[in-house]
Amino acid sequence: MLQKIYDWIDDRVDITPIWRDIADHEVPEHVNPAHHFSAFVYCFGGLTFFVVVIQILSGMFLTMYYVPDIENAWKSVYYLQTQVAHGQIVRGMHHWGASVVIVMLLLHTLRVFFQGAYKKPRELNWMVGVLLFFVMLGLGFTGYLLPWDNKAYFATQVGLEIAEQVPFIGDYLKTLLAGSDHIVGAQTLTRFFAIHVFFLPGALFALLAVHFILIRRQGISGPL
Amino acid sequence: MKKGKGMKFVGDSRISAERKSAIPKDYSEYPGRTEAFWPNFLLKEWLVGAVFLAGFLSLTLAHPAPLEGVADPTNGAYVPLPDWYFLFLYELLKYKFASSQYIIFGILVIPGLAFGGLLLAPFLDNGPGRRPHQRPIAVGMMLLGLAATMWLTYESASAVDWEARAEANKPIPASEVEIDTTDPGYAIYESNCMSCHGDSLEGSAAAPTLIGMEHSAEEIAQIAHDGIGSMPPGMFEGSDEELDQLVEFILSVNEQAAE
Ligand code: HEM
Repeated sequence: MLQKIYDWIDDRVDITPIWRDIADHEVPEHVNPAHHFSAFVYCFGGLTFFVVVIQILSGMFLTMYYVPDIENAWKSVYYLQTQVAHGQIVRGMHHWGASVVIVMLLLHTLRVFFQGAYKKPRELNWMVGVLLFFVMLGLGFTGYLLPWDNKAYFATQVGLEIAEQVPFIGDYLKTLLAGSDHIVGAQTLTRFFAIHVFFLPGALFALLAVHFILIRRQGISGPL
Repeated sequence: MKKGKGMKFVGDSRISAERKSAIPKDYSEYPGRTEAFWPNFLLKEWLVGAVFLAGFLSLTLAHPAPLEGVADPTNGAYVPLPDWYFLFLYELLKYKFASSQYIIFGILVIPGLAFGGLLLAPFLDNGPGRRPHQRPIAVGMMLLGLAATMWLTYESASAVDWEARAEANKPIPASEVEIDTTDPGYAIYESNCMSCHGDSLEGSAAAPTLIGMEHSAEEIAQIAHDGIGSMPPGMFEGSDEELDQLVEFILSVNEQAAE
């Protein structure tokens, strides 16, 4: 039955190459922890992706309650944290995931670095990876403001002051992020929300797609 | 690539009608004990994922995400802190060579060199050898950068009293507590405690909130007299009857807030 459905679809859209890329390939011995325990370092990239999926899912649920305006942002988070069934767990997953993903990213980067896996032909994928790292840091910075509590507010203020001191474009940069050149307020919150929920995830998905397509194209780097 | 006459397509599409049924599985590049990804290896990956998820969920259950009081831009005493993974940058800006007139070094030159080097690593370290000992400079720079980042993070984090911070910044839902200013205890609160514990018991930079604490009436009375932690003794000045009224008032606000 399944085979028939598969054949029917394959006949029309030729999915075999796609299927082969995603699933029907061999896993070489040197990356398989069942054969060499130290190969667990190859899990870091996959685990990073796993946490990214957790972030996306928990974030989607958070937006069901979160209200991005300065009157209600904190209240909506407090309500979610104290009143909504399992709200504390969903928020906890997003909060801790934001830290865990940085740790996993670091481990993954170190694996690739110390194995010299960024050497020809994988230079481009390394650069895509570093851009992914920047996007994740940007998500961390913009997400930190959203609960609109004191630590969020004052940390963002410091961050924006730092942005302001960049020569030539500093003022524009601050206005772009904060929506005003001197107030961290309603505009800042909506901008950070938009950046956190639309702009950066968009960039993240695009970069992840390139990252994974390149890995498939090039295969995993050979044993040292 | 196959081209030309004789190719059959599905309908008028560009998809070949010829079945490439068995695409050869080719990993001759690295011979050894290869394993099919689907379904064998994927199952193992799922096991790793499940263990990871269990650990992660235990973490979230054991430590609820923190939330401080609602942002108060007029709070001049609040000491800002970024999330832990930005602490190293924050700490860097405290060094003389990276602040005030040298701020460009702190915010652009040093991080720019570090992250720019990371971005361009494949072109800076472009020899053929992949093993760490074949590229001592790259590996050395990475270890140096890593050590510096960890040191800065440690310096920054160890200077913070995290528990005191959390204690002093508990969230209080402003709307839920209504202070009854006609309560006889309120006047006593006003003259003895308000300067530190705030207009509506919400706390301040000097003292924590009095809402949501787990002290009994006797303990509160005793703290009012003897102080606790950084609160000095003798803050309360008045009769025993007034003390009772004060404790009564504080507890009633707490009860109301707990509802
Ligand atoms: C959201 C972030 C990221 C995700 C989800 C991700 C995921 C992955 C996965 C699943 C692999 C396959 C091999 C493995 O698991 O180790 C991989 C390989 C690779 N990653 Fe990432 N990665 C991310 C960020 C990065 C970063 C920050 C870098 C470098 C700065 C990077 C550079 C590379 C390179 C060069 C490879 C190929 C390595 C090889 O062939 O041995 N990635 N990535």
